[in-house]
Amino acid sequence: MPTAKHKSILSAAGAYVVLLPLAVITLVPFVWLVTSAFKSREQFFGSMFLPRGDGLLGVDWAALTLENFTRLFSEIAIGRALLNSLFLSSVTALLATLCCAAGGYALAMYKFKGRGICLAIVLAALIVPAPLLIAPGYQVLFKLGLLDTYTGLILPGIAPAFGVFLFRQSVLQSVPPELLEAGRLDGCGELGIFARVVLPLLRPMTGAFLMITFLAMWNNFIGPQIVLQSPDKQPLSVAIAQLKGVYYEDYGLMMAGTLVSVAPVAVLFLLLQRDFVSGLTLGAVK
Amino acid sequence: MTATRHGRFAPYLFLAPFLAVFAVFVAYPLAQSVVLSTRQMFGPTASTYVGLDNFRFLLQDPLFHKAVRNTLVFTAGSLFIQLPVALGLALLLDRPGLRGRNALRLVFFAPQLVGLVFLAVMASVIFQKRTGVLNQILEEVLGDRLGWVLQSGPWLDYPWLESQVMWALILSALWMYAGLNMVYFLAALQNVDRSLKEAASIDGAGVVRRFFAVTLPAITPVAGFVVLLSVVGSLQLFELPYILLNAGGGPDNQGLTIVTYLYQSGFETGDLGYASAIGWVLAIMLAVFTLLQRFVLRGRNA
Repeated sequence: MPTAKHKSILSAAGAYVVLLPLAVITLVPFVWLVTSAFKSREQFFGSMFLPRGDGLLGVDWAALTLENFTRLFSEIAIGRALLNSLFLSSVTALLATLCCAAGGYALAMYKFKGRGICLAIVLAALIVPAPLLIAPGYQVLFKLGLLDTYTGLILPGIAPAFGVFLFRQSVLQSVPPELLEAGRLDGCGELGIFARVVLPLLRPMTGAFLMITFLAMWNNFIGPQIVLQSPDKQPLSVAIAQLKGVYYEDYGLMMAGTLVSVAPVAVLFLLLQRDFVSGLTLGAVK
Repeated sequence: MTATRHGRFAPYLFLAPFLAVFAVFVAYPLAQSVVLSTRQMFGPTASTYVGLDNFRFLLQDPLFHKAVRNTLVFTAGSLFIQLPVALGLALLLDRPGLRGRNALRLVFFAPQLVGLVFLAVMASVIFQKRTGVLNQILEEVLGDRLGWVLQSGPWLDYPWLESQVMWALILSALWMYAGLNMVYFLAALQNVDRSLKEAASIDGAGVVRRFFAVTLPAITPVAGFVVLLSVVGSLQLFELPYILLNAGGGPDNQGLTIVTYLYQSGFETGDLGYASAIGWVLAIMLAVFTLLQRFVLRGRNA
């Protein structure tokens, strides 16, 4: 049917007419972020994106500078904040993924006394709004002597209820109970079965969850802002927010700091992209 | 199940981290927040009992009223601007033959990777007047053809961060979250029966008719979930305005949100009691919205 085909080509063209400008609008802040990070204070106001000149593509490439980045690392010691962020995010992501996978596995595959209560606790914890816990949580950390420690920041986040719940669903969906029996008959211990049989089967979910928890800690601001006090313990989120307070007129420097904070996450996402998207849709549909 | 002696303890061992963290960092603080909400605190430990005075004061506190109003405006922005955009993107991208579909999805999803803190820092420069890239682009594209919709003057001088704070917040969040919600909607659209859509099309149903008769019913369960997530997230808005507006509510508290006020009360004023009371009012608002969503969805399905 030629008419139907024409119609579908037309509607595809219609889709592009809307989608492409929106894609450009979505990308503009990124392009602007990257170009601003390489501009000196004077050039910042000279051009919207790249400074115009006689170089390749009509751009004055020589005018670009790494000055913002060298200042970030020498004057502001952003390197330490970067390491803090990497440490906090990877430790939290690993622990949370392990604890949630273990908890979800127990709820999905074992029959034991108190299972119903445990499941009810998970579901109840899901609906507790985080802001409600800010003030009393601070008090708990104060009483435990965990203020201004990494432990105080990491520990409350190592077993989020939504993770336990997600992994329970994921285990029910992708771990066949017969396989566990086979493992037991082969003399594998319960921990061994979890580590060698169950975890590998949960692959798309673990990838997605690692990514989610890593991102959550990387972008966490209120947590470190409340728990950590020493400047040298602060992760990038707090360091960059403070940078904004002090250097608010130094746009190039602020954008370089933002770029340093966003780039590692973007790289990680591109590496884990496939797991992430399939895990995300798995969680959304089921 | 062959429960060996070892195996009998395994599930408890596996659940131990969750249960321990839940007890210490969720259950106990939750109970404690009830106690705290009846006290006026001076720092983390010193306090006096004030009964329900915190709540009484909240009801008359003009700043809290402002915070609630701003938060609701932002929530409305998420529901009535951001979600339709996200659904529109998903519908346009949900055609198998479309070239560059995956690349476009990635582009729209990418802002999600920028954390709210970093978005706030970017936005603080993007929304500047004169030097901000947004006004520069508006000036270039629209020139003085429109003036500014409301007053006259060059776009370059448009004072987003002085008098249009809520719009700056809504637009920033639109950039960041539309792509995330698009992913949810795309997943939901997998549930649409294609043959039903074709049948409707053969029967002469137009695009709009097909959307309401076939697509919408199929995505309602996920759409309801996305609406709920959006409302719950919007009501808890904090980082974006707090950092964008220099650690506060901005000029004349135009961008003060409920959680910003909670944070200021608890950690700047140092009254964890009042902060807990704010937390409970927020929790009640969240509960009301959740029940409302259930009620509406159930009405739909019946």
